Amino acid sequence: MSPVLAAVFQVALLVAVLAAVHVPLGDYMAKVFTDTRHLRAERVIYRLGGVGADADQRWPVYARSVLAFSFVSVLMLYALMRLQAHLPLALGLPAVGPDGAWNTAVSFVTNTNWQWYSGESTMGHLVQMTGLAVQNFVSAAVGIAVAIALVRGFTRHRTDRLGNFWVDLVRGTVRILLPIAFVAAVLLVIGGAVQNFAGPQEITTLDGAAQSIVGGPIASQEAIKDLGTNGGGFFNANSSHPFENPNAWTNLLEIFLLLVIPFSLPRTFGRMVGDRRQGLAIVAVMASIWTAAVGVITWAEMRGFGTVPQAAGAAMEGKEVRFGEAASALFAASTTGTSTGSVNSFHDSFTALGGGVTLLNMMLGEVAPGGVGAGLYGMLVLAVLTVFLAGLMVGRTPQYLGKKIGRREITFVALYVLTMPTLLLVGAAITAGTPALVEASVQDPGAHGLSEILYAYASATNNNGSAFAGFGAGTPYQNTALGLGMLFGRFVPIILVLALAGSLARQQPATVGVGTLPTHGPVFVGLLVFVVLVVAGLTFFPALALAPIAEALL
Amino acid sequence: MTAFLRQCLAGLRVLLVLTVLTGLVYPAAVYAVGRTMPDRADGSMIEVDGQVVGSRLIGQPFDGDEWFHPRPSVAGDGYDPLASGASNLGPENADLLSTVEQRRAEVAELEEVDPAEVPPDALTASGSGLDPHISPAYAALQVGRVSQARGLDEPTVRGLVSEATTERELGVLGEPRVNVLELNAALTMLD
Repeated sequence: MSPVLAAVFQVALLVAVLAAVHVPLGDYMAKVFTDTRHLRAERVIYRLGGVGADADQRWPVYARSVLAFSFVSVLMLYALMRLQAHLPLALGLPAVGPDGAWNTAVSFVTNTNWQWYSGESTMGHLVQMTGLAVQNFVSAAVGIAVAIALVRGFTRHRTDRLGNFWVDLVRGTVRILLPIAFVAAVLLVIGGAVQNFAGPQEITTLDGAAQSIVGGPIASQEAIKDLGTNGGGFFNANSSHPFENPNAWTNLLEIFLLLVIPFSLPRTFGRMVGDRRQGLAIVAVMASIWTAAVGVITWAEMRGFGTVPQAAGAAMEGKEVRFGEAASALFAASTTGTSTGSVNSFHDSFTALGGGVTLLNMMLGEVAPGGVGAGLYGMLVLAVLTVFLAGLMVGRTPQYLGKKIGRREITFVALYVLTMPTLLLVGAAITAGTPALVEASVQDPGAHGLSEILYAYASATNNNGSAFAGFGAGTPYQNTALGLGMLFGRFVPIILVLALAGSLARQQPATVGVGTLPTHGPVFVGLLVFVVLVVAGLTFFPALALAPIAEALL
Repeated sequence: MTAFLRQCLAGLRVLLVLTVLTGLVYPAAVYAVGRTMPDRADGSMIEVDGQVVGSRLIGQPFDGDEWFHPRPSVAGDGYDPLASGASNLGPENADLLSTVEQRRAEVAELEEVDPAEVPPDALTASGSGLDPHISPAYAALQVGRVSQARGLDEPTVRGLVSEATTERELGVLGEPRVNVLELNAALTMLD
């Protein structure tokens, strides 16, 4: 079979499986978050945790719970890394330094999983397992919880209650993430991913060289890293490492894991608001942008544009033979379209066009389909903006799902839309404008160097975590600045989303009239795609023109 | 502020419980399942004459005419599992360009072929730096040299190459590939 045909079928297979799974999974998640009963195991957790599980919270309390939980998560993870040398299973590794530990703690709690370090030489098994992998679960569950709270803003009327954060957190972890991750981890082990607690194994190679092979609890971490759209690799090489991603079917399984919850949540949304077409419209927007990204990156990588790919005959620098260009491009589009940031190939060495699209994918705000939860709430915010803009055009009071979009709502939306670009551009500008910082961190000269800076700040402020890894992020300044970018890039939008949800839930439903824009048909889908692209385009075009676009044209 | 502190305390307790569940019970359960297939769960190690010589998933350095050579690697000094990673050099990087051109000349000279025949995977470093595979084209390019160095006839060596070759899974996933360590291990078994 020709490589192009195989590439097309590979994508088609993935789409078919996702299309089949998103219906039952989406319905199941809707049931999880509307269920009035607790599982016995959950009641035990609530009792041990000392949290009341039966009272719903107002939005400020919900937000405070999110922040409190995340705050203690940062502290705990920071402490684990700083105390590593005294913990079991540390493999003799020393404590992580203060700025590095701060960066990593924030990184994993914000679902970013930006990694300035190499896992194999920095983190022992205990920190990986009980620190990093735990945050992979709970930071993902926080994202889902916030998305569900926003959906409740639409489904509830005349109330100031959005649900109970602790219940949403625990249910997301116990009923959704844990079972899927377990099945996926077992499949990965079958595929050859390592799962043990051994230290490095010293062997003599066939040709007489010494090699030290590192194992660890890899499969279990790999599964949740992808499922929770986290992305923090056990190893520096992330999912290109054969122990994390041994062959081409584990590769497709991992891409499936990246996408499955983000593409299923719109179904959950449709179910909860009682109109499945609403979910279908959202998923259609996500799917069209994702498909376009897959198409362009695959085309660019398989054609191998650029000086080095032309000289080598193909864009294989930073890619594995078992995946090739197509499966690498598919992974790249999916990891930057969700907020994952795991990589099975290194984006820094992608063609200018392919790498540029991964960057653009993040700059869209990661809504196609976005991180677990974050993708849905990001897209719903943009849907509200779309409804508002359409309302301006026809001169009617805009409303979405029976809720009026008034001044208060649109203020939260506008602030949400401005937060990430502000953090990204200001952060990148400070680095790009300071010669000493450029000197310390930027590897490639010229336009590609600016791409590296933009990519780093796009990745941090969008909580993606992938990198143009030529960027030397392990300096105290970058660790601190990128850490702040991740922190504000995660929690400012979350607070705004919860505030929006609170103000929506308070309203009584407006009547739908003939002048109300229907939010399910192809017209709305088209409008929403347009808004997603225009918002990002207007914000980032100047920066992109100086970096990947200039590089592609030069 | 006291409300927030109370929430923090609750958060800490919930976090501890979830840490036990997702940080200890979960990996231990996957580990327990993995014990039913220790071969895979422990890294697919490969033995020659009862001696573990590596993992079939992790590439190894080979030079010398009697071996099939792997791809270039930038993991440490090459194929160092303690330093997995890629070059991260961009598509217009001048250093990378000259490295690629130099590799092309070297491989062409070693295999005694036209430089234009050298396949891309022989000229580029992989993402992990531990890529255990080469393309069938790069394997085919090396058959002549390896056969000669080992005094074997080419069809025999070609047979070993096809045994070490994996086609696309399900006919469409990934790319065809040849496992270098398995292939070289099979060569030593002939002796």
